[in-house]
Amino acid sequence: MSSDQKEVLITGIGFVSCFGEGADQNWQILGGATAPEPVINMETVAPYGVHPLPEMDWALQIPRKDQRQMENWQRLGTYAAGLALDDAGIKENEELISSMDLVVAAGGGERDVETDEAILKDALASNDREQLILDRLRTDLRPTLFLAQLSNLLAGNISIVHKVTGSSRTYMGEETAGVTVIQNAVSRIASGQSSHMLVGGSYNADRPDALLPHALNHYLYTGGTEGVHGRQANGGGMRMGSVGAFLVLEEAEHAKARGAKSYAKLDGVSSDLGKRDGEKGQERLEGMFDKLGGTPDAVMSGATGVSEATAYEMDFLASKLGGDVPVRAFQTMIGQPLEATFPAGVALAALALKNNGFYAPFEAQEKPATSEVSSIMVTSIGHHCGEGFALLSKS
Amino acid sequence: MTKFTDHKGRPIVVVTGLGAVTSLGRGVDENWLALCAGKSGIHSVKRFSTEGLNTRIAGTVDFMDPEEISAPGISYAMADATTGEALEDSGFGTNGFPGPLFFAAPPVELEWQHRFDLLSRTEDGEIGYERMLASAREHKQEKMHSLIQLGTIAFRLAEKYETQGLPISLSTACASGATALQQGIEAIRRGDTEAALCVASDGSVTAEGLIRFGLLSALTTNNQDEPEKASRPFSKDRSGFVMSEGSAALVLETLEHATNRGAKIYGTIRGVGEKADSFHRTRSSPDGAPVITAISAAIEDAGIGPNEVDYINAHGTSTPENDRMEYNSLHAVFGDKIHSTPISSNKSMIGHTLTAAGAIEAVFSFKTMEEGVIPPTINYETPDPDIPLDVVPNQSRKADVANILSNSFGFGGQNACLVFGREVA
Repeated sequence: MSSDQKEVLITGIGFVSCFGEGADQNWQILGGATAPEPVINMETVAPYGVHPLPEMDWALQIPRKDQRQMENWQRLGTYAAGLALDDAGIKENEELISSMDLVVAAGGGERDVETDEAILKDALASNDREQLILDRLRTDLRPTLFLAQLSNLLAGNISIVHKVTGSSRTYMGEETAGVTVIQNAVSRIASGQSSHMLVGGSYNADRPDALLPHALNHYLYTGGTEGVHGRQANGGGMRMGSVGAFLVLEEAEHAKARGAKSYAKLDGVSSDLGKRDGEKGQERLEGMFDKLGGTPDAVMSGATGVSEATAYEMDFLASKLGGDVPVRAFQTMIGQPLEATFPAGVALAALALKNNGFYAPFEAQEKPATSEVSSIMVTSIGHHCGEGFALLSKS
Repeated sequence: MTKFTDHKGRPIVVVTGLGAVTSLGRGVDENWLALCAGKSGIHSVKRFSTEGLNTRIAGTVDFMDPEEISAPGISYAMADATTGEALEDSGFGTNGFPGPLFFAAPPVELEWQHRFDLLSRTEDGEIGYERMLASAREHKQEKMHSLIQLGTIAFRLAEKYETQGLPISLSTACASGATALQQGIEAIRRGDTEAALCVASDGSVTAEGLIRFGLLSALTTNNQDEPEKASRPFSKDRSGFVMSEGSAALVLETLEHATNRGAKIYGTIRGVGEKADSFHRTRSSPDGAPVITAISAAIEDAGIGPNEVDYINAHGTSTPENDRMEYNSLHAVFGDKIHSTPISSNKSMIGHTLTAAGAIEAVFSFKTMEEGVIPPTINYETPDPDIPLDVVPNQSRKADVANILSNSFGFGGQNACLVFGREVA
């Protein structure tokens, strides 16, 4: 970043994963001396495993009348957004909330699985499928469900429930949505276009309609409960995970003026799209790395377990950083949260920096950290395409 | 302030290429002629059966040649056409584009035809998601997968037209087209890039889409036998919007960049304003405060006063609530001057193109300034006494238009307003 750019701090984290809710709770479990056993449900959408939602009391962040207007991916995101605002200490500050800029990474929402299945069963038995679908959709669809299917309605719900109304944008595009969210927010704050922002995403994995799109191209792992590296001997693949990850990003002077705590500094974000094979592919990552403006002590990797993408990333990290820099593929623990991947990686990196520690190896293939970690690179190499890096350091 | 910067010292952003597809036709010229002639693109839906539906009309785009008749297939075909047109128009052609792509992306997902396709390939598992998942395991569906990924259209456009870096797919519902432009402007203003390609596309008129919007009482159910009369913005007898398809592309660059390469300049994007609404998922705050703030912010950002706005390209959806709210908010900002400022709704002719609306209306706004002709609001037969506006009723009008305000509002509390200018300095 050039010298006239402003410093960007992370001053609030809202995090929900299969390990529970709250940034602190997740750090306590994931940041311990040995990594926990990941929580994996192998039953609901067998043969695919998923990292499920923890037990949630949505009412702690979302009034009941609003809960009824949402499906779980929106409840999860709205809940995590509320946690981030609480954590940053601005939830009740009307002036800051109403001028806060909101950027959300979102997918396509949830379908009414029961209705879909009932219609499919009857339509297969009918001799006029098209008419049957028309008739049934008219009577069976719930009006409010449509609102759970619009990508920008996670942002809409956050505005309604938490009153964040400075501006509101939603990015899409699987993992790249999460990369864009962080990159856009950092650019806007660094250039002075915004002073404080709420950014993040959420994904609810525990649903057959959420898994089907990825199953179509054989991206989902159908083995057991292996982690990202362990799956490679068995053809690779990803395991989806329910995650809500929101961050409050703030211009440093703005944060200082209100006496806010800071988790970490976001030094740079880079992204790209292009072919991954051969020298050209490595050169693209090289170019992204150079834009970060520093060399990390450790890496929080958003590697998905899909073999091509994972090998592409690991080859680069090994050649660029050597074998000693610890790399943690966090999807081993919390699963693949698609749009929320990059915000989740940034949150986990920020938690480690704030707590002056790092994570114990998540799998046997990962090396322990042997020296102090003061800067962490976050990666998201999309399972299909698109790449993002961020560099965080202690603030 | 130099020759290349605006009143706030930011690089002046100009538009140097336009592309459009709507139900009125393919290409900016064809659309412009039809618009000025007051033609409607709304018709009975032929693409699928509408038997028994309350709404059987739409502004579908049926003349493209998509690889598949589906929302992603049609949306891509239109986006490809408008992007190609805008790049050709701007002089960049197919030689690569020196900036990023901002794409307002339509909602895409598996459609019923895909579900039946999957079910037809296996007998394994219970009929429903279990069987579709089993089918997917037995037969890999690479093309189906690619079509329904939300980032695919932008990825494909970026690859084909060689834009720079990671393309951005965005959604702010019915404000998306304006948001794509806003993103391009912001990126240029903060110095990330000297050029940006802003594209929006929506080909998502499906039976399920009509039913979903119908359940929210958003669509008109009147005039089903006279489809061209169904979209009636600002009329007393307006009763809902007409769902439509379309796409637009605009090439944005700094004035300096455009001047240096000798490009033809349509005009500038002088200002943007945005304010989110926390009132309701589908309705605006009754006091209009967020919309008023967005309009005021756009005009202020442009460095002009309301009295310098010569014409307003309305959001004007033809729903009872939107049109009243839009008038009240404009009145709050413009005062009584609003009653003599021409305002028209392109949606009276092309319907509501949803994700693409803000970008399509931006293209038509630049043509309005270039040609000195304001397209009409058609079907304006019964004025609404509560909305005393000069809506340029039924016939286009010659006018000297130097500054335009364009409004876009969407579900989820999205409000984005843009100010366009004809002169570069």
